[in-house]
Amino acid sequence: MGRVHVHADGTAHDHDHDDGQGHGDDHGPRDVGDHSGYTATGTARVEVLERILSENDRVAAVNRQDFAAAGIISVNLMSSPGAGKTTLLKRTLAEIGGTRRVGILEGDIATSIDADELQGSGAAAVSLVNTSAGFGGECHLDAVMVRSGLARLPLDQLDLLIIENVGNLVCPAEFDVGEHAKAMVYAITEGEEKPLKYPVMFRAVDAVVVNKIDLLPHLDFDLDRFLANLRAVNPAATVIQVSARTGAGTGEWCRWLLSQE
Amino acid sequence: MHEIALAEAIAGTVRQRAQGRTPARVRVRIGYLRQVVPDSLVFNWDMVTAGSDLAGCVLDVDYIPAVVACAACGTRTTLDLPVLICGSCDSADVTLVSGDEFDLASFDVAVT
Repeated sequence: MGRVHVHADGTAHDHDHDDGQGHGDDHGPRDVGDHSGYTATGTARVEVLERILSENDRVAAVNRQDFAAAGIISVNLMSSPGAGKTTLLKRTLAEIGGTRRVGILEGDIATSIDADELQGSGAAAVSLVNTSAGFGGECHLDAVMVRSGLARLPLDQLDLLIIENVGNLVCPAEFDVGEHAKAMVYAITEGEEKPLKYPVMFRAVDAVVVNKIDLLPHLDFDLDRFLANLRAVNPAATVIQVSARTGAGTGEWCRWLLSQE
Repeated sequence: MHEIALAEAIAGTVRQRAQGRTPARVRVRIGYLRQVVPDSLVFNWDMVTAGSDLAGCVLDVDYIPAVVACAACGTRTTLDLPVLICGSCDSADVTLVSGDEFDLASFDVAVT
């Protein structure tokens, strides 16, 4: 059940009733969007206007307070599956793990493969959150899941926390988890048009790490076209070209990370 | 999967606001730029609420177009793509008027 009302513009309340469902003989107050509070059928309309994710945002605020109290910087790292988050993190740990105590909160639908790999790569602490306990495996980390993972991390013994989100270009972008900054890894094998197809993610981030740049000579990928698409969606994002495999450019990524301190 | 998580978030917010009352109808406002498929959200809402205290509660989705206002020429443009550019003069100096909404707008409860 339910209907979708497409507005003619951002402010109008006229609705298209093309779904064939009966709305009664007269299109009463409810149907034309009269928000006077009462309908003709003995029901009262309670106006709310609250963000749907307000509960998530409340928990995110608590996470943020914990980060501040412990004096650490947190970065939410997102990407599609296979873009190279874990490989980039291993490089990151090799480069700054000696001077900074880096904690990783690892989100994966299932398995501890990435968490195990990072545990042996110089992370001060790794906390794994498997999301498969949810409805078929949650496709993202929300503030509550991050909160449960934080309980297993010695925050006051860390300088930097990297939250490696579940590989997914849609859902993680919607959920504030209390991080200071959002970054994403994008691999050039994904094609130039992704910023236009996944605008919520590309708009949400402060930095885009353009990974697998070592493959550029072997692909038909048009880097300038990708950058133009990215700029069209998010003019302000910091763009860092790297190869997590060879280590090219990862120093610039680490400098960006440390500049968040 | 995205819409399942959002349907659950809507149900949670509704329950908190309804305080024991049973809404027959819920209205949400979703902006075009939120990347939510309205039909999929309604489908998942029915699935998520089935067998719960919200079973049978109708979800209405107001799908709000993305509109930008141009600082250079003053034109308002309704976007077809998520590219924040004025449709009249191509300026990128635009502000978003609508399209970012992600709100529970209202719910209907029986008057006793």
